Amino acid sequence: MLEVKALRVSDGDFTLSADFALPQGSLTVVIGPSGGGKSTLLSAIAGFLGSDAGQMLWGGVAFGGADPGARPVSILFQDNNLFPHLTAALNVGLALNPRLALSSQDRAKIADALTQVGLSGMGDRLPATLSGGQQGRVALARILVSQRPVVLMDEPFAALGPGQRQEMMALVRGVLCAAGKTVLMVTHDPQDAAGADYVIALADGRADTPISAARFAAAPPERLAGYFRK
Amino acid sequence: MARSARPLGPARGAAAVVALAITALFVAAIAMLAAQAQGAGRLGPADWAALRFTLWQALWSAGLSAGLAVPLARALARRRFWGRGALMLVMGAPFILPVIVAVLGLLAVFGRAGVLNVALGAMGLPPLAIYGFKGVVLAHVFFNLPLATRLILGGWASIPAERFRLAQSLRLPLFPHIERPMLRAVVPGAFVAVFLICLTSFAVALTLGGGPRATTIELAIYQAVRFDFDLGKAALLAALQFGICLIAASAMGLLPARDLRDGAMDRVVVRWDGQDTAARVTDALVILLAAVFLIAPLLAVAFSGLGGFGAMPAAIWPALGRTLAVALAAACIATGLALTLALRGGRLVAVAGHLPLAVSPFVLGMGLFLMLRLVVNPLPLALVITALANALAALPLAYRALAPEARAVRLAYGPLAASLAMPPAAQLRHLYLPRLRRPLGFALGLSAALSAGDLGIVALFANPGQETLPLLMYQLMGAYRMEAAGGVALLLLGLSLALFWLFDRGGRIDARG
Repeated sequence: MLEVKALRVSDGDFTLSADFALPQGSLTVVIGPSGGGKSTLLSAIAGFLGSDAGQMLWGGVAFGGADPGARPVSILFQDNNLFPHLTAALNVGLALNPRLALSSQDRAKIADALTQVGLSGMGDRLPATLSGGQQGRVALARILVSQRPVVLMDEPFAALGPGQRQEMMALVRGVLCAAGKTVLMVTHDPQDAAGADYVIALADGRADTPISAARFAAAPPERLAGYFRK
Repeated sequence: MARSARPLGPARGAAAVVALAITALFVAAIAMLAAQAQGAGRLGPADWAALRFTLWQALWSAGLSAGLAVPLARALARRRFWGRGALMLVMGAPFILPVIVAVLGLLAVFGRAGVLNVALGAMGLPPLAIYGFKGVVLAHVFFNLPLATRLILGGWASIPAERFRLAQSLRLPLFPHIERPMLRAVVPGAFVAVFLICLTSFAVALTLGGGPRATTIELAIYQAVRFDFDLGKAALLAALQFGICLIAASAMGLLPARDLRDGAMDRVVVRWDGQDTAARVTDALVILLAAVFLIAPLLAVAFSGLGGFGAMPAAIWPALGRTLAVALAAACIATGLALTLALRGGRLVAVAGHLPLAVSPFVLGMGLFLMLRLVVNPLPLALVITALANALAALPLAYRALAPEARAVRLAYGPLAASLAMPPAAQLRHLYLPRLRRPLGFALGLSAALSAGDLGIVALFANPGQETLPLLMYQLMGAYRMEAAGGVALLLLGLSLALFWLFDRGGRIDARG
């Protein structure tokens, strides 16, 4: 279980507060207007921003003081998720060994992960020769092979077309969550909320308690009314 | 709403060490010299004359270079013509052209027996004197007109074509609405850059200036050390030089760091003005004159060099080896230091990276010499001192080539590398070195070429048997063995261009992604 307890983060003169717990293997969507604090929340959990107060725990163990690389957390950024000079396989391999000294076992794991995301046989391709959707899949494969149980995603599929978006959401659920990863995804598309287990509404620097996707669809929080009004 | 994550670069500690070491080295060098001073050295009238000459020639050189660059850049920006690409290539050459080689070429064209004076004589006109103030400024304009033109051309190329189109459709006059604001932003930068380069000019002043009326501070430092062995005066002059350069360098530091390999160079701005005959003729004349001015001395070097190959003394081959060794060592040191600083980034590091601009290489070399003398006999180490001083002289250029790109890599991929827990060595090997191949090749090539062609510090220390090619060439010119000097000039030119080309190419070939 990922627990965020009475967390307070400040970034310049912006302050964010959050308090929630997410069960392992769940997919949670964070939704809200721009400037509401979505990226700040992810940066704090990933370790790129320090927190002023509160705790973050995985399986009851606090990780709030650790460096980004030492947290039980993988992150998918909006862009620059792959090193352009490394092949797809090596990009995946970074999660197994950041020095890229890969054993034959590692290579087998990489090939397997690439197959799971639908890129079998494409391990030797450079990112520039892959489509945007395929690049996203390589990053998913890297998250899949990593030992880290929590996955943060910052509007990862914003640049993709609607069809590809749905495919990627299906992969996130069918591959990452199925493998036991706990996914927290920032989005501004209410469509993404439909496929999630929980939804956290985030506006004006305050994260609401997670509610089920069905409840969110039936009655979006009053605070987000202005955001959703056409 | 993407808040930028904290940029994390590897080797932050190493950068601090390098920045401190560079600063300490310069401070120690000046202190060593000052400690050697026998009684307080005093600045005499000749030294004040050197100060006046230094400022005056730098002002003229910068003013003429920037002023002439405006019509040239404008003509190049709006004309396409056969050979434009080749002319652009030639305009890049003076940057890595050994000063002494260019001086030989300028002498062949503008010198007493040069092409120009022969032509003037045939028309019954008085000859033009190249030695002294005019010669120094002429050489400085030759070197810096291309640089200023590049900078200003970058300004023209950065104006979106749509803006010209908009002005056209609104029938706005182009100059006050589009070109003047751009020039106001770009020309001061070009002026300051050239001014700074000319402030510390040594080789040009050594070969074309000299005497009480045309001595720069840098040359005065050299003379104080080499001929009078008056280290106190040298230290005092160095402090003066440091003060002036610091003012100019801070002005430079205020300007944004520009990528020297401005890709915009190749762009021709599509525009519809200047289609009348007068504008076409003016532009053609400007381009033609500039081309002749820049190409004629290079051709002269090539011609005299081909004839002089046979006259070269046997001493050139060991000198070639020494030059190559010094150049490669200097290139590796300069690029290594610049990379360490660039990986860290930040303001203080930038100051350390630019510090060598403000310190006379003679002062640095002399300080190193005196420091080494405390532990070993420094005389056999003249070439080591030369390589180190050349490396530090090239550091600002290498730093300026690397810093913006290292910063871009840090911002784009630093968070990913951090979240993957890549250790610093792995980040260097798998992220920064591959992503920075092009600027690394450029920095290596540039510093190798500059070091190979340097006639500065080596002139101060080298003993017989330690000459590099530029020094050998200077000695041959001093002995009026012009044919042999011409041969060495061509060899040196080839070496500098080859070094630059090989490294720069190496950075581009097979650069993936």
